[in-house]
Amino acid sequence: MPDINPISRPPTRSQQIVDTAFRLLCYGFAWLSVLMVAFIMLEIAAKAVPAMRQYGPGFLVGTTWDPNTGQFGILPEIWGTLYTSFLALFIGTIFGVAAAIFLSEGFLAQAVFHILKAFNLQFHPMLGKLPDRMEAVLKNLIELLAAIPSVVYGLWGLFVIIPLIRPACNWLNLKLGWIPLFSTTLTGPGVLPAVIVLAIMILPTITAISRDALVSVPPKLRMAAYGMGATRWETILAVIIPTAFRGIVGAVILAFGRALGETMALAMLVGNANRISVSLFSPANTLAALLANNFPEAAKKDVGVLMYAALVLLAITLFVNIAGALILQRASAAQEGGKA
Amino acid sequence: MNTKDIALKPPMQPLRPDINPFAGVDFPELEKSLRRPRTLVGLLLSSLVSAMTLMALVPLFSVLLMLLWRGGQRLSLAIFTQLPPAPLEQGGGFGNAILGTLIMVAFAALISIPLGILSAVYLAQARPESPLAGAVRFGAKILTGFPSILAGVFAYGVLVLAFGGYSAIAGGVALSILMLPTIILTAEDSIRMVPAKMREASIGMGATPTQTTWMVLLPTAMPGILTGIMLAVARAAGETAPLLFTALFSNYWIFGGGFDLNQPTASLAVLIYNFASMPFENQVDLAWVAALVLVLLVLITNLIGQAFSRRQIQD
Repeated sequence: MPDINPISRPPTRSQQIVDTAFRLLCYGFAWLSVLMVAFIMLEIAAKAVPAMRQYGPGFLVGTTWDPNTGQFGILPEIWGTLYTSFLALFIGTIFGVAAAIFLSEGFLAQAVFHILKAFNLQFHPMLGKLPDRMEAVLKNLIELLAAIPSVVYGLWGLFVIIPLIRPACNWLNLKLGWIPLFSTTLTGPGVLPAVIVLAIMILPTITAISRDALVSVPPKLRMAAYGMGATRWETILAVIIPTAFRGIVGAVILAFGRALGETMALAMLVGNANRISVSLFSPANTLAALLANNFPEAAKKDVGVLMYAALVLLAITLFVNIAGALILQRASAAQEGGKA
Repeated sequence: MNTKDIALKPPMQPLRPDINPFAGVDFPELEKSLRRPRTLVGLLLSSLVSAMTLMALVPLFSVLLMLLWRGGQRLSLAIFTQLPPAPLEQGGGFGNAILGTLIMVAFAALISIPLGILSAVYLAQARPESPLAGAVRFGAKILTGFPSILAGVFAYGVLVLAFGGYSAIAGGVALSILMLPTIILTAEDSIRMVPAKMREASIGMGATPTQTTWMVLLPTAMPGILTGIMLAVARAAGETAPLLFTALFSNYWIFGGGFDLNQPTASLAVLIYNFASMPFENQVDLAWVAALVLVLLVLITNLIGQAFSRRQIQD
């Protein structure tokens, strides 16, 4: 049928060549992005090697940082990084998981529905959609927390959080100063303001991933619990959270990775003091803040030391992030199994 | 059997009329009452969770109100046209920082968008389950949680040390590392979401995989890809840590001595960081205005991205 205008035909020779070329290009770019990730890691490691030879493992347990005498140690920074991250994770997890439960169990939609029902408007063509709309708005608002740049949180922490909490902190120090947590006064930047801001910054991560885990619990489990006469909270606590537990743990670990690597808010709020203290009100330092403060004016010979510190930070965050990703992967695999 | 027959049937009799089937049931026990612990605990937990969710939103509104209050006062046209002031100088603006941020984000986008989208095409289409695809995905996930300051450390090591100076190029490269994972992962997702029948129809008409990609997959997945790009741009615009010691800062316009990307460049984020801890009222005020401008920039980019995502075609 040669006279019918063909709308489908095999590709011409030149189209085949273009096709092969484009596919090779995509293949090349995929390799390029993998190689780039590997190159980033190796580059930081390679630049750290001279300093590693010079200072050895003693660098990790030394407590002085003095470019003038050439003494370098990052134990206070490692301590500060872990301490602030753990505290922020504690606060962020409590609030983040609460928000995830609130968002995934339809509390808001139900409340709005009840209010509409009181006015007999629940099937109104416009207002009837309100419960779902409000849920979506609330979810977006929580996600908006993650969109605000960390330097803006730092600015806000300096001018809002520190003046706000300082009287309470100093009162605690005065009355309960014998407890190690409150053993110093808050003179300005310190651990607590940094932890508060850090907790706010990791909350959206925890909420978003935990909510995904809670929502993907198979509905039949929930129905079975309700059918046996469990109340809503008995269902949440005894069925839904245990089922989604791995996903929540993964969320918390990924948030921990974020907290460890967060730089600007901490560089502005933690005080940059090279000391180890359990007091919430004492200034401290973190690895990322150390890099942020020292890199811009580092002498050429000190760059190697900073690269060593960067490598330590890289190793810690890499370990935590891979652990979090693996747990989440296994959680979703288990979830798939549950559905089948 | 029609409805009339059903209605005429006598009500069903219990099998054993002498036994009351509800004998052991305590009916008041089944009623919802706040005096029962399990109901009370439920109510308490519900209120607790609601209150905590509201508390989580307090910082958001506090930040936004502070930005409007402290930043809004000084917002004027001069902000966009003038250079940052010296410590005791009055007035001034940060036009060069806005321009610097835009230039570096654009430069980062030029690197990361082609790299990200073509990698995603490979992931989603060419060989979805090959070891290389797994490696790309794993690398992208690693980069998602990569501390932003380490991107700066990398660019410093590769570009600043090697070429002997802070530059907009080094800043742009550092930002592109942070944009890449978002672009790869969202682009792959949205290409995968293109309905299989569209792809099959295209192949059935004799299109090569390349033609299918360019004429069917990419146009259909475009809203999702644009969402990813917008999210990545918004994130990069707000990043400070990777710019601190790659682009550094500059008090002058980038085109001051001829347009040259190979010189220290101002950015909004670094300006906020530098001015926030200054003891001079004027500079702190400018930090707030810069924060307002930066947040508006980031939020508008985010909203555009969300608007795109609503247009994504799904199965």
